[in-house]
Amino acid sequence: MTPISATLQNNLRAVLSADQIRPASPADSICGVQPQFLIEPATEQQLATALRLADESQLAVIPRGGASKLGWGNAPSRADLLLSTARLSRIVEHAWGDLTVTVEAGCTIETLQQTLAEHGQRLAIDPLWPEKATVGGVLSSNDSGALRLRFGALRDLIIGVTIALADGTLASSGGKVVKNVAGYDLPKLVTGALGTLGVITRAVFRLHPLPRHSRSFTISVSNPREAQQIILAIQDSKLAHVALQSQFSAEALPVIDILFEGTEAGLDAQARQLRGFCKSAKSSLAQVHPEPRTVTNAKASSSPSPWNAREDLWSFSNPAENAIAKISVLPADLARTVELIRTVAEPSRVNWKLLLYATGLGWLRGEGPAGNLHRALTTLRAELEKMGGSLAVLHRPANMQAFDAWGSPGDSLPLLKAVKTRLDPWSTLNPGRFVGGI
Amino acid sequence: MDLRILNEFRSIVGNGGLICSPEELHTYECDGLTNFRVLPRAVLLPSSTAQVQSIVRLCHRERIPFVARGSGTGLSGGALPVANGIVLSLARMNRIREVDIPNARVVVEPGVINLDVTGRVQSQDYFYAPDPSSQSVCSIGGNVAENAGGAHCLKYGFTTTHVLGLEVVLPDGSLVHLGGKTLDTPGYDLVGVFVGSEGTLGVATKIILRIVKRPECVRALLAAFPTTNEAGAAVSGIIAAGMLPAAIEMMDKLAIQAAEAAVHANYPDCGGLLLVELDGPLGEVEALMTQVDEICRSNGAWEIRVAQSEAERALVWKGRKAAFAAVGRISPNYIVQDGVIPRTALPQVMGEIARLSRENGLRVANVFHAGDGNLHPLVLYDRRIHGQEDAALALSFKILEVCIAAGGSITGEHGVGEEKKCMMSKMFAEPDLATMQRVRCAFDPLQLSNPTKVFPTPRLCGEKPGEYLPHPVESAGLAERS
Repeated sequence: MTPISATLQNNLRAVLSADQIRPASPADSICGVQPQFLIEPATEQQLATALRLADESQLAVIPRGGASKLGWGNAPSRADLLLSTARLSRIVEHAWGDLTVTVEAGCTIETLQQTLAEHGQRLAIDPLWPEKATVGGVLSSNDSGALRLRFGALRDLIIGVTIALADGTLASSGGKVVKNVAGYDLPKLVTGALGTLGVITRAVFRLHPLPRHSRSFTISVSNPREAQQIILAIQDSKLAHVALQSQFSAEALPVIDILFEGTEAGLDAQARQLRGFCKSAKSSLAQVHPEPRTVTNAKASSSPSPWNAREDLWSFSNPAENAIAKISVLPADLARTVELIRTVAEPSRVNWKLLLYATGLGWLRGEGPAGNLHRALTTLRAELEKMGGSLAVLHRPANMQAFDAWGSPGDSLPLLKAVKTRLDPWSTLNPGRFVGGI
Repeated sequence: MDLRILNEFRSIVGNGGLICSPEELHTYECDGLTNFRVLPRAVLLPSSTAQVQSIVRLCHRERIPFVARGSGTGLSGGALPVANGIVLSLARMNRIREVDIPNARVVVEPGVINLDVTGRVQSQDYFYAPDPSSQSVCSIGGNVAENAGGAHCLKYGFTTTHVLGLEVVLPDGSLVHLGGKTLDTPGYDLVGVFVGSEGTLGVATKIILRIVKRPECVRALLAAFPTTNEAGAAVSGIIAAGMLPAAIEMMDKLAIQAAEAAVHANYPDCGGLLLVELDGPLGEVEALMTQVDEICRSNGAWEIRVAQSEAERALVWKGRKAAFAAVGRISPNYIVQDGVIPRTALPQVMGEIARLSRENGLRVANVFHAGDGNLHPLVLYDRRIHGQEDAALALSFKILEVCIAAGGSITGEHGVGEEKKCMMSKMFAEPDLATMQRVRCAFDPLQLSNPTKVFPTPRLCGEKPGEYLPHPVESAGLAERS
C-alpha cells in the first residue's frame, strides 16, 4: 500500500470539493484488498486530473461504477484509491432520429434504457443487474447476455468513447455516427479491458428500436445431444430468432429457450414454423408465457422467465461454496461441453448448473467445497482450452486456492503487455487484475 | 535497392515472387486512387505465412518500410507504396483454408476475393455479409485493413463484425494469434483494433470469418420523391417506425441521370430516389413492406415500384451499383468522397453541397447510404480544363469539412490512407491522435508497416522531444524504464 501523502490529499482537494473525497470503508474493499480513499469526480476533467495526480504519486487506482462486478478478474496487486464514476452519470444526448446516444460512464443501464424507451428505442443488451450496473462497468467487463445472438456484443454497439488515461490525457475515438473508419477503433480496445487501459468517461452507442411484440418458447429435450441437434438445426434454419439458449444441470432434464421479436403476423408465421420443427424433432414445445415477455421486461414479470436465467445463476446463498465461470466454446461443441462438465463435476462432488447460449458462450455455476471447486475448474479450463475455448472465473469462494481468473492468452501476451505499457506505463489502473497478470 | 538485399528477398520468395524491373513495378505504383503514384523499390509476392515472416524480418533488420497490398482496389491510397519501401502483395495467398458450416466460420488467406467466400458457402444457403461494391475483385485482407462496409452494412454490420480471429505477422516478423474461433478470447480486443488499421499494425496472414444464413426472403422497393429532402424525411419515418431495413440507398437527380445514361436502369426521373430493401422471414417482411410503402407515400413519393421477382430486384439495384462508373458517362473525370453524417443532418448537408457546387461551378452527383448516413458525393470535372482538378479536389475536402461540422466522419468505408491524412486533425483533437499513436507504437515501434498512412504528421514512438523527465517512481529508485 502506498500511503497517500498530505500533499496529495491537498492536491486532490484542490480539484474536488470536500464531499467528493472520503476515506474508504471496509465495504469498499476489492477482493479483500482495502483502498485508502474514495473519490467521486463530477466531470470528465476532474476525473482526468485526479487520475493524473494519483499516477504521479505512484498510487494504484481502482475504477468503480455500480460495484456489481468489482469481484471479476484477479485481486488487485495494490489498491490505494477507489475512483467512483457515480457522479458522471448524465445522458448527454439521445439523438433518437439518428438512433444514437451519448452517455456518461456512471449512468446505470436501467436509467439509460428508461430514457431511450421514451422514444421507443433501446440499447440492445441484457447485462446483469441493470439497476446497479453502469455503462462504464458493463463495457469494461464486456458483459453480454442472450440478446448478443441477434444484436452483437458491446463491441458491435459502441461507436465512440472518451477515456481518461493514467497521465490525465482525455482522448476520444470513434464518433457519433455508426459508420466510421477514421483512425483506430479504440472503443473496441477498451471494451472488456477491465479499466486497465484507461477509465471510460463517456460512450456513444448505436441503438435499436424496441420490439413491437415478442414471444418466448421453451422446448424440452431428453439429453444434451438432442439439444445440440435442435439448436444447430434452428441456427441453420430461416427462423429469425433473437435469442436462443439451453439450460442443463446435474438433476434436471435439459431445456431450450427461444425468443422472437417482430410484428404479430411475422411472429405467428415463425411460431408455426417452430412448431413444425419440434414435431419433426419429436420434442415438446411450450409457449412460456401467455403474454409476451421479453428480455428487457423480464424483471417486471412475477412468474419466472427463462430470460432471467443468468441472474438466477448468481442467486446463491452461500458464496463460500459457489463458483461462477463464463465459458466459451464452439456452438457445435455443445453436447461435448455438457458431457465434459458432467464427467468433471461428478467425481469432484460438485453440483452444477449450466446456461449455454447458441453463440457458444455459457455461464456455469459449481457448488461444493472450495478445494473440490478448484480441482474441477482447473481440469475444466485445461480441457476447454484444448478445445479452442476458454474459461474465466467471475466468482469463487474467498478461501479458494489461487486460480487465475482468465486463462491463457496464447502468444498474444507480449503484445497485450506492450499496449498496456504504452497507455498505462506505471500500471496505475487495476494492477494485476487482468489477463497475464496485467 | 542493394543487390545483397534483393538476393535475400529472392531467396525467400524465389524468382517468381520478386518483381524489381521498372516496367513491372509501375503496376504497383498506385491503387484505386490513381492521382497518387510512388514507385516501390521491389514487390514481393509471398505464398505462405512463413515467407511473410521472413520478408518482414528482413525489412525490420534493414529498416525497410513495407506496404501490404491485396487487390489494389482501395480508394484512399492505402496500398500506395512508401518511398524507398517495398510492396508486400498477398495476391498469392488466396486459399480458403477451412469451411465450418455448423459453426458458421470460414478461415481464409488474405488474398481470397470477397465474393468467393460467399461463392464457397452459398450451396448451403450462407453468405459472407460485408458487400463493398468492389466485392468481385477486392480481397479479404484489404477488407480487414479498411474495415470495409457495403450497402447492407446497415443491418449486417461491417468487416469488423464478421472477423473473429486473425493470424498476424507483426512488424518485427513475429507471429501472433488474435481472437480465435470461439468468442471473447482472454485479453484485449486486438482483433477490433487491427481491423480498420489500414495496414499500419502488421500483416494479416489468416482470417477467421463469420458467415450468415441467407434470410428467408428479400424484397426491394423503389420510391420517387420530388427532392432528396422528402426522401430523407421518409427514411427518418422508416427508422422512427422501428424498422431496420437491410439497406436504404438514395440517389439525387444527377446520379439518376448518370445511371440512366450508363445502364438504362429506367429509374423514375425525380429529384430524390429511394431504394429500400427488407429481408427476413416472409410474414415479417411482407408486413413491413406495406408499412414502408405507406411511409413513402405520406412523405410525398409520387411513384413506388415493388420488385416482384429476383430479376426485378436485380434491376432495382442495377443503377445504384453502376452509379460511380456511370458518372463517367456524364463527365470526363470525377472524384468520389466518402463522408458520413448523422441521418437527420441530410437536408442541411445536401443544401450545403448544392451551395458549394454552385459557388465552385462544379457539378456534384450524390449517392447516399441513407440508412447509415454515408454520403458519396461525386465531384464532376474535366481534367483538360486548367485548374479544374485542383478545384474538384478542394471541393471534395470542403464537403468533408461540412460532414465533420455536422457531427459526422471523414470516412465511412474507404479509409483515411494517404488521401485524407490532412483531414484527421480536423476530425480529432491532438490528444486523440496521440493516444492512437501510442497504440500504433505498441505494434510497430520502428514505424515500418505502412508508416506514412492515416496519421497527419510523422510521430516518433520514443519519448516526447526535449529533455527527458524521469517519473517520480524512477527518481525514487523504485523502478526503471524498460
